[in-house]
Amino acid sequence: MSGPSSSLHTRIWREDAQADNPFATRAAHCHGYDVYGQMLGRARWVDLLYLLFKGQAPSPAQARLLDALALALANPGPRDPMVHAAMSGGVGGSHAAASLIAALAVGAGQSGGARDVRLAMDAWQHWVAAPTGDLGARIACLIAHDSPPWLAPSDSGWPEREHPAGFDPHGVSTAGIVIQALQTLAGMGVGPRLSWLHEHLGALEAAATLPLAMTGLAAAAFADLGFTPMEGEMLHLLLRLPGAAAHALEQQTVYGFKRFPYPPIDLQDDPLVKRAEESVA
Amino acid sequence: MTRGPQVLDAHADVLQTRVGAAFPGSRAVFRGHDLHQSALKDIDWLSLCAFGIFGRHVPPEQLRLFNSVWVWTSYPDSRLWNNRVAALAGTTRSTPTLSLCAAQALSEAAIYGRGIEFRAVDFYLKTRKILQGGITLADHLESFLQAGGRMAGFGRPIATADERVALSHALACDLGLADGEHVRLALEIDTYFAATRPHLRINVAGLYSAFAADFGWTPREFSLFMFVTFQAGMNPCYLEAADKPPGAMFPVRCADVRYEGVPARAWPGG
Repeated sequence: MSGPSSSLHTRIWREDAQADNPFATRAAHCHGYDVYGQMLGRARWVDLLYLLFKGQAPSPAQARLLDALALALANPGPRDPMVHAAMSGGVGGSHAAASLIAALAVGAGQSGGARDVRLAMDAWQHWVAAPTGDLGARIACLIAHDSPPWLAPSDSGWPEREHPAGFDPHGVSTAGIVIQALQTLAGMGVGPRLSWLHEHLGALEAAATLPLAMTGLAAAAFADLGFTPMEGEMLHLLLRLPGAAAHALEQQTVYGFKRFPYPPIDLQDDPLVKRAEESVA
Repeated sequence: MTRGPQVLDAHADVLQTRVGAAFPGSRAVFRGHDLHQSALKDIDWLSLCAFGIFGRHVPPEQLRLFNSVWVWTSYPDSRLWNNRVAALAGTTRSTPTLSLCAAQALSEAAIYGRGIEFRAVDFYLKTRKILQGGITLADHLESFLQAGGRMAGFGRPIATADERVALSHALACDLGLADGEHVRLALEIDTYFAATRPHLRINVAGLYSAFAADFGWTPREFSLFMFVTFQAGMNPCYLEAADKPPGAMFPVRCADVRYEGVPARAWPGG
């Protein structure tokens, strides 16, 4: 028997094998911390979450912010397309994973989904580079949504951008839950973006002619926590799954398909109608 | 007006559609045709898929070309990243559909599959317009690359040569599909890279994306059409893994993971 032709490489995770089995784990370390020997029972879920991505333990303030953000994102509610998709899985009796795959695919989107967060975080990177005292320049960074002349590898498959990232294209004024979340998160004093957003929300929304969406708030929070746009996109997908899962199960076990909306249809290219029109003509 | 709650209001409570509907127990409509009573009922499945995507019937020689392309890109090799997912799902005894769904999702990748095709069609369409403005191909390519552009459909992540290019081009010649403007452009680019950057020779995705551009397909349409590309190779990967002992597909010993992070340290307050 020969050894592996190439190894898996990681800076995140180290496992020591059981003495009697090279495939079983005796101890696991995450970025050097003994997960089961030291962290378990002492650290919080968000501590490990932050550690996994950033390679270091969060400060108490960062952990509080991430914990609060996770709560704010946990359930977009049954009207959200992502949760609706998961519920469609539940109502038909699809497998649990199918409901979550549905939630992830829909929740990945460029309008209201994880791609929206990533693009908004890209915009926050431009915001950092803009002169601190130039409010107009900073706002311009956050509302730009021109499509690039040439698609980058990460642009593949995505449609043209229809609105600035992180804003609600159908909003009239800032939704109450967004304002409540912004006030709470900005008050936690981590990073400059949330407090700037809180202070300049009116000017920013006026320039965008759209109200801030929860994705825009999440983007600012992820960026204040030090996450990259790619990390923010991934975390947004992850942190919105709890509500999708719960709603999928509720439809499957409590309500069933007979109480799930199945709207009437307005078929605008109907051969029966065409035939009737032709016979009249 | 495409924004505002009034837009959502106009779409609430009823599904307005032109693509079709099912009337269980009665009939089904597919893009304006009765699926069971019109001529549509006799066409083959691939033609129907194409009709669903393009809204028009695709010429049979175009479907024939891609049918063969899909045969030639069906590799039941469980090491390939998307196939590996199908196999890993087999080894954990996940279901056939979950396995293939995840493996297909991976196929929309930045360096192979749908991601490449999407960008390649976009590149050909835009490049052709630029060249019509009088810029030479060499100047355009150099300027694109110097600006950090990444060529989609040229070069290959694991090997340099692509054994499927000559095969696909020969079939396209037989079918009379090899002389379109975008295919000619793709081959001119390949010739340029052969002289200047041999690691960027055309691969099969670059070639068949040029076919798509010649057929008038958009990147989005082409991406939908190509969804089945790797499907045939994935099924055996899932099956073989599911027939091996649980966990026996790509098992990794603890010692086979090369840890390159910080040394052991104490958790704060731990």
